[in-house]
Amino acid sequence: MISIDTIQSTAEVLMDKAAIEIPQDYLDGLKASAAVEDGDLSSFVLQAMLENYEAAKEDRRAMCGDTGTPRWYVKMGNETQVEGGPIALEAALRRATANATNGVPLRPNRVHPLWRTDHDNNVGIGAPEIEYGYEPGGEWIDLITVHKGGLFGTDYRMLFPSDGIEGIKRFYLDCLVAFGKRGLACQPAIIGIGLGGCKDTCMVLGKRAACLRVVGSKNSDPKIAALEDELKELGNSIGMGAMGFVGKSMVVDAHIEVGYCHTGGMQMSVHAFCLSSRRAVARIFGDGRVEYRTDPDWFTDYQRRETVEWEMPQKSAQYA
Amino acid sequence: MGNAPKIRTIRLSTTPTPKALAELRLGDVVYLDGLIYTAREGVYMRALEKKANIPMELPSESAANFHCSPAARINDDGTFELGAVTATASFRFSKWIGEWMAKSGAKLIIGKGGMSAQDYKDHFVPNGAIYLTTVGYGTGALLGRGVKRVKTVHWNKELGLAQAMWVLEAENMGPFIVESDIKGNSLFERENAKISANLDKVYEGTRPAVLKRFGETDDKSDEMIG
Repeated sequence: MISIDTIQSTAEVLMDKAAIEIPQDYLDGLKASAAVEDGDLSSFVLQAMLENYEAAKEDRRAMCGDTGTPRWYVKMGNETQVEGGPIALEAALRRATANATNGVPLRPNRVHPLWRTDHDNNVGIGAPEIEYGYEPGGEWIDLITVHKGGLFGTDYRMLFPSDGIEGIKRFYLDCLVAFGKRGLACQPAIIGIGLGGCKDTCMVLGKRAACLRVVGSKNSDPKIAALEDELKELGNSIGMGAMGFVGKSMVVDAHIEVGYCHTGGMQMSVHAFCLSSRRAVARIFGDGRVEYRTDPDWFTDYQRRETVEWEMPQKSAQYA
Repeated sequence: MGNAPKIRTIRLSTTPTPKALAELRLGDVVYLDGLIYTAREGVYMRALEKKANIPMELPSESAANFHCSPAARINDDGTFELGAVTATASFRFSKWIGEWMAKSGAKLIIGKGGMSAQDYKDHFVPNGAIYLTTVGYGTGALLGRGVKRVKTVHWNKELGLAQAMWVLEAENMGPFIVESDIKGNSLFERENAKISANLDKVYEGTRPAVLKRFGETDDKSDEMIG
């Protein structure tokens, strides 16, 4: 049984970490971009960002004034039980979101879409989003918070099999160029691409590809992994860098996730996870231990399964 | 990296003289001293459409309008805790910017991404104003360090924390980059023109989608704001 108090206190720590500490994988990726960037203005911007991450950590203040729209991804081992059940869990995550908004402080970004009502705590109708995943075996719960920016860098398009890889590349470039101008996408970014599914799941896949995979990770399908490399290189060949200035750093990494789709279609979504790629993760075990990390490790073999039944692989024994 | 020497760095008052503004060149890096106020759609609508009295002496107290909502809170005792500060995209405020400049006398519009060439021509140049863009985006922690203190917050009850008018005391606050100069030239437009020259080559081996959308353009040099 996972204690509800541990869930709330851990969630509050995660809110703080996500807003303040740039994940190491993204930092390493950005340093690699900065090392090869030769545009004067783009280089200046990347250098300023690297100084900004240090300032944020030293002062324990948020990296960016727009602290995004905080959301939660929750994943559990199959044997996990939460004290008070799912209702208590969701209440704890909503409390942690509100408390941290006031505590860090974060910007209270969430308002009613029509009446613009602001509760000043990032909680409201449907906010924060809470999404779930499950894994075979084990008694643990992963809490993942992502504070993605909410205005620019994301688009969806219904493509068809006849559009092919050339159509995928076209829509990908269209998104990078359109949102990259003037730096609206806050690039260089982790670009997540969803292919297939239905319209809603295509968006979910792409967003998760951007937010729930670390820089350097590869899709488990080698041909998709090769396309990821190709798209990363293509994005960095546009001639555009940070803030839309002349440069060569648009894409810190490109991640593709796929889902089975309608036989006539090839849905595609593109998502840019910005210069403040805010994500933080903790695993809480049944015995109360808490382990913090920055890799959500969301896309396991189980999450990408394609068969009717799931055969428990040998390695799941380690979670028991 | 190591290109910093090529870029000019300048300290500028938030009530700048016309001479100081005229000396700024596109791409200069600017650090600000003096009072800055935040104003975006909430403040514009309240001041311009609902005709509420602006609760500051403008532009004598400040000629620097920041398109910003800080990550901040107001404590129970009325004091403020301000963390990170970054800008929001300015092109969305085009509708109000002319009337706001006339009313506020703002000389520095500070935000994200600049505004359109038309806005510079119609509103900035006649008012002797320039646009400073934030850097990144966004260097929220660095800009937060440049805020010596929060002087006051206006219209918090009416507009909420994010849309309220925050009055910030800036000291060597930056970096910002000069995006538009006193003649209305734009750094972003200059850079877009350079990048557009290469785009046909980048797009080789791609194909337009078989299903079109209303209003779709295939001209990659198009500006997306306006």
